[in-house]
Amino acid sequence: MTARPLPIPPRLVTCSVDGAPVAVPQGSTLLDACRQAGIDTPTLCYLETLAPVNACRVCVVEVEGSRTLVPACSRPVEPGMAVRTDTERVRLSRRLVLELLASSVTLDRAAPELRRWIERYGADPGRFGPPLPPTHPRDAAAPGHHGAVLVDGAEACHQPVKDDNPNYVRDYARCILCYKCVEACGTEAQNTFAIAVAGRGFAARISTEYDVPLPDSACVYCGNCIEVCPTGALAFRGEHRMRGEGTWAEERQVVTTTICPYCGVGCNLELHVQDNAVVRVTSPLGHEVTRGNLCVKGRFGFQFVQNRPGEG
Amino acid sequence: MFGAGGGTSSYEEAEACDCVILWGSNARETHPIFFHHVLRGVRRGARLYVVDPRRTASAQWADLWLGIEVGSDIALANAMAREIIRAGLANHAFIARATSGFDAYAAAVEPYTLARAAGDTGVPAEAIRELAHAYARADRAQLCWTLGITEHHNATDNVLALINLALLTGHVGRYGSGLCPLRGQNNVQGGGDMGAIPNKLPGFQDVETDALARARCAELWGVEPPPTRGWHLSEMLEAMDRGELTCAYVIGENPAQSEADQGHAIACLAGLDHLVVQDIFLTRTAELAHVVLPASASWAESEGTVTSSERRVQRVRRALDPPGSARDDIEILCELARRLGCDLGDPRPEAVWDELRRLSPMHRGMSYQRLDQLGGLRWPCPDDAHPGTMFLHERLWADDPAERGAAAPFTPVDFEPPVDVCTAEFPIRLTTGRRLDSFNTGVQTGGYTSPLRRGESLDLAPEECARLGIRDGERVRVVSRRGVLEVPVRADPILRPGLAFMTLHFPDEVATNQLTIDATDPKSGTAEFKATAIRVERLGPAPQGAPAAGGEAG
Repeated sequence: MTARPLPIPPRLVTCSVDGAPVAVPQGSTLLDACRQAGIDTPTLCYLETLAPVNACRVCVVEVEGSRTLVPACSRPVEPGMAVRTDTERVRLSRRLVLELLASSVTLDRAAPELRRWIERYGADPGRFGPPLPPTHPRDAAAPGHHGAVLVDGAEACHQPVKDDNPNYVRDYARCILCYKCVEACGTEAQNTFAIAVAGRGFAARISTEYDVPLPDSACVYCGNCIEVCPTGALAFRGEHRMRGEGTWAEERQVVTTTICPYCGVGCNLELHVQDNAVVRVTSPLGHEVTRGNLCVKGRFGFQFVQNRPGEG
Repeated sequence: MFGAGGGTSSYEEAEACDCVILWGSNARETHPIFFHHVLRGVRRGARLYVVDPRRTASAQWADLWLGIEVGSDIALANAMAREIIRAGLANHAFIARATSGFDAYAAAVEPYTLARAAGDTGVPAEAIRELAHAYARADRAQLCWTLGITEHHNATDNVLALINLALLTGHVGRYGSGLCPLRGQNNVQGGGDMGAIPNKLPGFQDVETDALARARCAELWGVEPPPTRGWHLSEMLEAMDRGELTCAYVIGENPAQSEADQGHAIACLAGLDHLVVQDIFLTRTAELAHVVLPASASWAESEGTVTSSERRVQRVRRALDPPGSARDDIEILCELARRLGCDLGDPRPEAVWDELRRLSPMHRGMSYQRLDQLGGLRWPCPDDAHPGTMFLHERLWADDPAERGAAAPFTPVDFEPPVDVCTAEFPIRLTTGRRLDSFNTGVQTGGYTSPLRRGESLDLAPEECARLGIRDGERVRVVSRRGVLEVPVRADPILRPGLAFMTLHFPDEVATNQLTIDATDPKSGTAEFKATAIRVERLGPAPQGAPAAGGEAG
């Protein structure tokens, strides 16, 4: 039997979460402690396989002695920390984050937890008024450019769907700028750097270099950005079409884990199948071979099993 | 290696080592998710060295790229060995305890001076020296390769040259140190492990010499396994040539397009008395067949297992109903057996797997249940409590000589240039490989649309295009000693003058294998796809004295 060298077991650090003592391995985050204590903590920009970027601020908690609220997803636990997750200040902050996001972005395809959190924190995205039509194309916003302050409604991220390649669509009216796609395309996984955040303030958006269409960018169509997108802004082209037609039926889909038919790395594929057709391909985040990542062949190369004569 | 037919390391070890060598592998494009592990290692401070004739996408991540002459790998490896020995960097403690044949090896590499290797490989002596020192000095080093090593007439010698380097430096049998051949297909490892190679029984046990395994098979099957090894694919084609092999049953393989010297391969297959093809596609090989048996796609329409390059056995599962009359491979084989008068019953895939576990000690602990629960297991996994094996040959480091077992032998090998020699008539070296979004002969990847796909081209260095007066995109005639074809040229700055590149992805448009040579490695049966001598002609009248397009295909 062979073994890998085991690191020295981490020391346990004890903090308190909402008054109850919690012991976690050194290096754990407040989010880990909250989860260990069984406290459902909202997160949008956090993912186990990515380094925290602290973008969304929806996971903030109160730490005794700290002037500001702290993001739970990135703050390491220190001995004796007293953490509060449900104070008025935390609830207000989380509510405001959810209201600002939900008033400017279409969230109807976001994960179901998001709707649960909106309800729990009493977030009312409508209180800023109705979403306003765009004043100018978002992609044309120049650095430092700010439009007139809008008072009769909520400024929104409306923009046309980017449908510029055969594999996936980008619907940035659904984008909350959580940075996960940028991280997955960058140093955290794919290291292709085809996309980044362009612009500042409300004009900030995900963009290719000089906003070129995807086929002219560095994109290699691994779809690892789709895998991490929490709001449905990035979607397989087939899924986008089916949703438009009203034929997308997640409740009828069966997910089967199998192995990619191409090279010898042996990546796990989760085939999402509806009516005997693959409609989406993902990979388990927790599997040590892929960590949720695939290449273009694994993600989009399934078509050959359903190009059937006499069908479609 | 050293008796085990698989890579010694696991992917995660590439994240934990100080030095990664990709030798004849463009993993960035051909094994992208393995390259993710390499990149994590690089980001943690590992140095990456890429040995490849082309400055590939992988090479662009390297600390140092060694742009080797095609087929000169042994010259490079032996020169590295000589440099390591002379610089006092050989791991003599490991060599003395765990290896044999060092003195003969040291003598064999002695003539490979840096200066000579620089001449043979085209790699500057200083770069060879740097790689040798970096590999030998690393605490943990991974040596990874792909078809750039194995698609040569001396494939086995190439692999042995790399194994020698690992033995010389002790980079094997420890966490983070090992040899990692990256397999080209999702179950090429598993196929071999299951005995689908001419000299092995299930469990990679030798059919001629392993008496215990033979006895186990005989007992379970009720018949004695054949006493001698069979033919590999290249030997089968030769036997077809001689008229000795007259009938073939081809399962999930497209030799009419995937074999080197395609015209010859098609002629052999077309000359058979009876050809049965079992496939999910009506391939070019199936078009030649007398009987075609439609099969279900193994990865999405049936149940079973595959084995990856890190020896990880994982389950494939049925997600889709197969189309029309397509049936599972096991079902077809058992039905065929029944018609031939042998009732194998109607076994489910799990029952077949459990039979394998009874025959193969290294798979014994891998029940379907455990494979499901643990996300796969890496062999050897001898019993139900065994966690699987991260890396092989740890025994070589054991203090107890009994536990250390047989010494790992150095096998001296000599540099031999490719068979298809470049001459004034055929001055350009053509090599072949894959692109990111396509796969082998394209029967699977042809099914989806990729914005990256450009179709086939003859890639040449921009300087070469200028010298030949060829525009980017111009169609040219490519002539080898075996065939002629026409293809558009693409100027590609990752190549240097004298080197050309094509893929095998679009055989219906451009049959690259009309050009390649079927000089094969006698031990592995792999043809020298990587080294063809060609000349490039601007389109005009047909060339003098070259075979017609299509080769000898009747």
